[in-house]
Amino acid sequence: MPDLSVLTARFDPLKPFLPWLLLALGLAAPFALSAYDLNLLARFMAMGILALGLVLIWGHGGILSLGQGVFFGLGGYAIAIHMKLADLPQGEIPDFMVWSGRTSLPLWWQPFASPVFTLAAILIIPTLVGALFSGAVFHRRVGGTYFALITQALALAFSTLIISRQDVTGGFNGLTDFYSVFGFGLAGPGTGSGLYWLTLAVLCVAFIGLRWLLASRFGMLLRASRDGENRVRFLGYSPTPFKVVAFAIAAMLAGIGGALFTLHAGVVSPALIGVVPSIEMVVWVAIGGRYSLAGAIVGALLVNLARDAVSSAFPELWLYLMGALFIFVVTLLPRGLAGLAKGKAA
Amino acid sequence: MSGSAVSDLLLSVDGVTIDYSGFKALDNFSMTLNRGETRVVIGPNGAGKSTLCDTIIGRVRPSAGRVLFKGEEIQRLAEQKIVARGICRKFQAPGVLPTLSVRDNLALAARRDRRWWKSFGIGIPADERLAVEEALDTVGLAHRAQVEAGTLAHGEKQWLEIAMVMATGAELLLLDEPTAGMGPAETSRTAELILGLGDSRTVLVIDHDMSFVEQLAAPVTVMHQGKFLKQGSIADVRADPEVAAVYLGHAK
Ligand SMILES: Nc1ncnc2c1ncn2[C@@H]1O[C@H](COP(=O)(O)OP(=O)(O)OP(=O)(O)O)[C@@H](O)[C@H]1O
Ligand SMILES: [Mg+2]
Repeated sequence: MPDLSVLTARFDPLKPFLPWLLLALGLAAPFALSAYDLNLLARFMAMGILALGLVLIWGHGGILSLGQGVFFGLGGYAIAIHMKLADLPQGEIPDFMVWSGRTSLPLWWQPFASPVFTLAAILIIPTLVGALFSGAVFHRRVGGTYFALITQALALAFSTLIISRQDVTGGFNGLTDFYSVFGFGLAGPGTGSGLYWLTLAVLCVAFIGLRWLLASRFGMLLRASRDGENRVRFLGYSPTPFKVVAFAIAAMLAGIGGALFTLHAGVVSPALIGVVPSIEMVVWVAIGGRYSLAGAIVGALLVNLARDAVSSAFPELWLYLMGALFIFVVTLLPRGLAGLAKGKAA
Repeated sequence: MSGSAVSDLLLSVDGVTIDYSGFKALDNFSMTLNRGETRVVIGPNGAGKSTLCDTIIGRVRPSAGRVLFKGEEIQRLAEQKIVARGICRKFQAPGVLPTLSVRDNLALAARRDRRWWKSFGIGIPADERLAVEEALDTVGLAHRAQVEAGTLAHGEKQWLEIAMVMATGAELLLLDEPTAGMGPAETSRTAELILGLGDSRTVLVIDHDMSFVEQLAAPVTVMHQGKFLKQGSIADVRADPEVAAVYLGHAK
């Protein structure tokens, strides 16, 4: 009989009641918020799913990724392409393609007409790209700052590619104007709150799954590789697969988050997935607390809420404010808000 | 004795050269270890003792020569494959895993199945738990089992790492300066620990502390500038003028 006390033990700095409080708020929100606010909250929760992945790789794996936007985008574009095709009358192609002079659908768009393929693509493509990419880099024992820079280059390349292939990606404007998903009208009654419940459920499953993973021997080895890769190696473990699997899981969560976000926001575009958004994702987690799953969710919610409030009034101010917040947290609160909750800011 | 000597051979370092862009940390170095033997390697700072461990464990790769373990070449194997064959090493600077508890440090070491897809279980399986508790008792860290290894005192970290190396079940243990930073009482406990390993383990110990080496009462190999210098009992080595010469200006 395995000892399950570790599940509730020290490894997560937040006291066990905080996740329950968050869950209670999440369950109450649909009854308390307007449809507009609920949609906003659902978007932030989708980002929270991505943030959970950063706790896994950055907090516990010591792997800083400045390219999570790429995986967010892969999930987002997958569902967006599907919705574009679903809304299309027989034989037609999306209007932005017509404007760019195309006459036929690109071959790689076609399988996305299938809901099953799209769902599989959302789950598999980001995971696979994350595994292959991190496998290639970690196999060469590249890590730390170099890894972060490579992920940033990846984000830059990905957003540049999307912008430059206007005729098949929608370019700078991205993809928007969706009307239905899997047969449900997006404007229909109940779709908004249905999607909210779906997002909350995914967030809960991701939280519990990661909680398990971090308490398991896998989590121990991930932290061990972060703190003493050589010791791990000379105990007979190869650290690379542990890091690659963690990175792939974080990529998968980013992809799922991206798909859900696109459903709530009704748009996916390079402005949401490039270099700057990818850095912002790290900032959410730095502020919430990179070792804490619940902290990362709180960070994603609070920072995006603040962003929404500030940037609608003073759009230029936001980046400065976020930069200042980031510096403040990194220098004074290395464990983020979760460190405060623990009562120990070391 | 001579009849069984060949089959008793466990490790053979054969003419190994480690070249750091022109500087030879090991220079055509050879030595052998028999099964069950305890051997002490000494030499002045920079003699190449740690590099010898690095070579056996696969951290650095020789530009010439071979390392044979149980008769098979291992100098090109991946590090984790070398460990899987039964060699484990304690680093000169304590290499415990600081954010894991003392018990978890040992649990990772005691684990035999080290493949990632077998790592999703929670807790320590019963058979491994037994080995872990034994190791905790052996090094006297049972009362510290729950604390983070990073918060241990220096001597305790050394013991923990020794316990980890033992817990891997490795046949050949490489202990690089196990008593560094220990007081006389701790040092002598460490010697007892190594002596208590018995004939089932082969141990290569690197140390500067002569009282510790004397307590081990093991044959001594002396290195100097990456080369083999002398081998013999402690008394022999102490009386040797060449050894005295290389140690001039160093600790006696
Ligand atoms: N990575 C490296 N690059 C270049 N030179 C190195 C490297 N590692 C070790 N050396 C050099 O190789 C020589 C042998 O080093 P080694 O650490 O094996 O010595 P040692 O006998 O263990 O000494 P000490 O008693 O100080 O631990 C030293 O001169 C050292 O400076
Ligand atoms: Mg040394």
